Amino acid sequence: MSGWRDVDVAIIGAGVVGCALARELARFDCSVVVLEQATDICEGTSKANTAILHTGFDCVAGSLESRLVHRGYELLRDYAAAANVAIEATGAVLVAWDEDQAASLPALAEKARANGYPESVLVGAHEVYELEPHLGEGVLAGLRVPGESIIDPWSVVSAFATEAVRAGVELCLGTRVESLEREGECHVVCTTSGRVRARWVLNAAGLSSSKVDGFCDHHDFTIQPRRGELIVFDKLSRALVNSIILPVPTKRTKGVLISPTVFGNVLLGPTADDVDDPGATGTTREGLERLLDAGARMMPELLDEEVTATYAGLRAASEHQDYQVRRHEGENYVCIGAIRSTGLTSSMALAEYVMELMRSAGFDAASLPAPPVPVMAPLGEGQRRRYLDNELIAVNPAYGEVVCHCERVSAGEIVDALKGDVAATSISGLRRRTRAMNGRCQGFYCAARVVAMMIEATGRVASDLTGLPR
Amino acid sequence: MSTDVDVVVVGGGPAGLSAAMRLRERGVSRVVVVEREKVAGGVPRHCVHPGFGMRDLHRLLSGPHYAETMVRRALARGVSLLSATTVTSCDEGGVNVTSARGTQRIDARAVILATGARERPRPARGVPGDRPAGVFTTGQLQQWTYLEGLPVGARALVVGAEHVSFSAILTLRHAGVATVALVTEHQRHQSVTGAGLVARTWGHAPVHSFTRVVEIIGRRRVEKVVLENLMTGRVWSETVDTVVFSGDWIPDHELARRCGIVMDPGTLGPASDALGRTSNANIYAAGNLLHPVESADVVSLWARDVADTVAAELLHRAEGTRPWVTLGIEKPVSWVWPNRIIVGHAPTRLRLHTESFTSARTLQLVSSGHVVAEQRLRRTTPNRSMNVASSFVDALGEASATIRLR
Ligand SMILES: Cc1cc2nc3c(=O)[nH]c(=O)nc-3n(C[C@H](O)[C@H](O)[C@H](O)COP(=O)(O)OP(=O)(O)OC[C@H]3O[C@@H](n4cnc5c(N)ncnc54)[C@H](O)[C@@H]3O)c2cc1C
Ligand SMILES: Cc1cc2nc3c(=O)[nH]c(=O)nc-3n(C[C@H](O)[C@H](O)[C@H](O)COP(=O)(O)OP(=O)(O)OC[C@H]3O[C@@H](n4cnc5c(N)ncnc54)[C@H](O)[C@@H]3O)c2cc1C
Repeated sequence: MSGWRDVDVAIIGAGVVGCALARELARFDCSVVVLEQATDICEGTSKANTAILHTGFDCVAGSLESRLVHRGYELLRDYAAAANVAIEATGAVLVAWDEDQAASLPALAEKARANGYPESVLVGAHEVYELEPHLGEGVLAGLRVPGESIIDPWSVVSAFATEAVRAGVELCLGTRVESLEREGECHVVCTTSGRVRARWVLNAAGLSSSKVDGFCDHHDFTIQPRRGELIVFDKLSRALVNSIILPVPTKRTKGVLISPTVFGNVLLGPTADDVDDPGATGTTREGLERLLDAGARMMPELLDEEVTATYAGLRAASEHQDYQVRRHEGENYVCIGAIRSTGLTSSMALAEYVMELMRSAGFDAASLPAPPVPVMAPLGEGQRRRYLDNELIAVNPAYGEVVCHCERVSAGEIVDALKGDVAATSISGLRRRTRAMNGRCQGFYCAARVVAMMIEATGRVASDLTGLPR
Repeated sequence: MSTDVDVVVVGGGPAGLSAAMRLRERGVSRVVVVEREKVAGGVPRHCVHPGFGMRDLHRLLSGPHYAETMVRRALARGVSLLSATTVTSCDEGGVNVTSARGTQRIDARAVILATGARERPRPARGVPGDRPAGVFTTGQLQQWTYLEGLPVGARALVVGAEHVSFSAILTLRHAGVATVALVTEHQRHQSVTGAGLVARTWGHAPVHSFTRVVEIIGRRRVEKVVLENLMTGRVWSETVDTVVFSGDWIPDHELARRCGIVMDPGTLGPASDALGRTSNANIYAAGNLLHPVESADVVSLWARDVADTVAAELLHRAEGTRPWVTLGIEKPVSWVWPNRIIVGHAPTRLRLHTESFTSARTLQLVSSGHVVAEQRLRRTTPNRSMNVASSFVDALGEASATIRLR
């Protein structure tokens, strides 16, 4: 994008929310651009979360978040199945480790019902250990939440973006929005690569959502980044865990959990610490130690396994206990802010809801036949991975040529991720699209080869890819 | 599709190739080595410096030259080599593989696991901070430099001060990168005498002892590394664009663990005797998978013993399960190998590894609460295993025992 553009809708941000909006709007006869400051989709909070598809059983009852998580759960569960995005209905068990926590379980079950989720069941310590035999000593009781599921968080965003782009949405990467100006019915969006005049502006800027809201002179909320650090354990630990193991939540946080991932690892985390810098996505010694302490109590055996990765994500929390989704009267602008810690789950429902807000304010684009749902590469351990797919290997032998050994990623998959409609442009983008280099050796065996393949396929310069001066 | 062979060897590094050659020399007819890389040879393929082959080939070769020689010799002895083929699982009857030809089953009368070892990367060492580009392990750095010719950076810090850390300096120098320092949490480096002096005078890189990495800082690329002296508490930072995490080896033990053989809690490799026999009579292990990390020539020599055992046992396999005793450890001993010994089969060698420097201590073998053998040890060095005369465990009876330092 450069110069001056006229569009019907401009979406700010290409995280899971922005991409879900783009996908939703692609079903209408209108022109849409997505403006994203990073050079890839999914570079903000959407890349660093706990990857759980929540039932919303523990939401604040009656909140917008509760409603949209509930609805989003169903929408995303079905979409993931259609788009071949890995999802596993492992269920969860919420564990009480002391008397106070045990005493709070019935109220939690009640809250779950109020949130439209009647399936949770109170269970005794014995049953908790039957469900999760590797839990540490001291479990008093539990609450089973059978619907909680795990999902591939990266492929969700890729699927939304791919569907949108194929249906004509323009994805403008490396484009930062710097200000918004009212111009009659429209807004002029000033970006680092030109101006866009848009009839509608949707603010899905995540951690910057309150800042972008300020561009329109609204000050309804202020984002307070809340950092969550996580530890990913080696795949050999996967056998220790059957389902998502939750602590009893507090007002501030869902607490430190142990969860399997669809890639076959086990997560321990997240912490919850308020930070000032919205770029503070580094891990800390103190945070990791806190996680290991919690893990040692919850599941001592887990700590005998190797750590594969550590990372941190920032929740876009605010002073309010709910999402901040709002259209001010008389404005063709919707803020989708403070999406806290459930935005992966609620993303499709948020898009549906924003569409209703726009409709009721006169957005009248005709609906088009739904574009086909893209079929994503199978990255989940529960799926048929390429390296095992003899029919595909017979057609393209590169699917049998394993390059990343720890994650068993084939040369064919790497090449695919570098082409595609929403191709990987960075090493981390390639990791998210293929799992290459995400395994236990972190590139000891394959990084050099993968980067060389990337250079060969894209013509990019090595120093650019690795952050070195030219 | 399935194939039937006598022995399938998983991994075409020094251990796997050496074992396969020896099997052929012992008259085993169908021996297949499965190697996941396009080119066999294992880690030496990318160690472009001399120091290979002294004890097994009686020549001083560079790593790549050594790797080529091993491959050539194996082929000349009639070993079948399946490269660019990954073993995805194994069991006592053979292995499952995948390659550009699709998936395949290879049935075998015996399996030798020789999957090697890797260096622990940054996250496994718990080093916090940002996640920028510019963080390597030595193995990755070598492939980056020698196999792919990719640019590395300008200034590097090497974490670790064991043998491989000094070879990281060589690679960095070749890549035009200045090594700013080596850091180790131990009191001094753990390589051969004089290595520190060589690094300082020739690589201009001091070794900082008692030093740990506190944090890595950098957005897209490493900008600096925060360090802390564990004795004085002094915290400072080095401005570098590259960090190499060297050493701190761990066996590449996924296949071994998944096939259900007993693992040793010290080495993290399969529990085995000195001849590579594991808890499963059909599955053997060799090389750095057993206990990281030895030099390639030592690995290759010892793998011959494993092959001799396999060849002999293919002809006369003992009936029933073998009675074993376990050799356990007490800190600061971090592992001992062999760690499972068949009752009545005195081991031919004994390797010991400690987690810290020790000096003038007594090594004790304790069984059923009694010290059954003792020996003076002058000194031990962490990250460097040492020989103990195998006669030390001659006193082993039918009860398991523990090795400790007093
Ligand atoms: C530790 C942690 C665990 C979590 N676990 C879960 C979970 O298990 N399940 C779940 O459902 N949710 C979870 N979440 C929440 C979920 O990850 C977020 O709600 C979701 O990713 C928010 O998506 P987003 O698109 O709003 O924000 P983001 O992904 O942050 O996207 C915003 C985008 O806007 C761009 N942007 C910002 N400003 C500008 C500008 N001026 N111009 C152009 N572009 C701009 C950014 O670069 C970014 O790409 C978790 C969050 C954290 C931190
Ligand atoms: C930086 C560095 C410097 C060194 N310098 C020296 C030196 O100067 N002199 C010296 O003697 N030694 C040196 N060594 C040590 C030497 O390289 C090792 O001791 C030796 O390579 C160990 O041999 P191995 O066969 O056990 O393992 P490896 O060499 O690691 O070989 C294992 C092989 O198994 C393959 N494999 C693993 N899993 C599978 C699977 N599932 N399917 C198929 N194939 C698989 C791997 O691809 C690999 O080729 C150095 C090592 C390093 C890292």
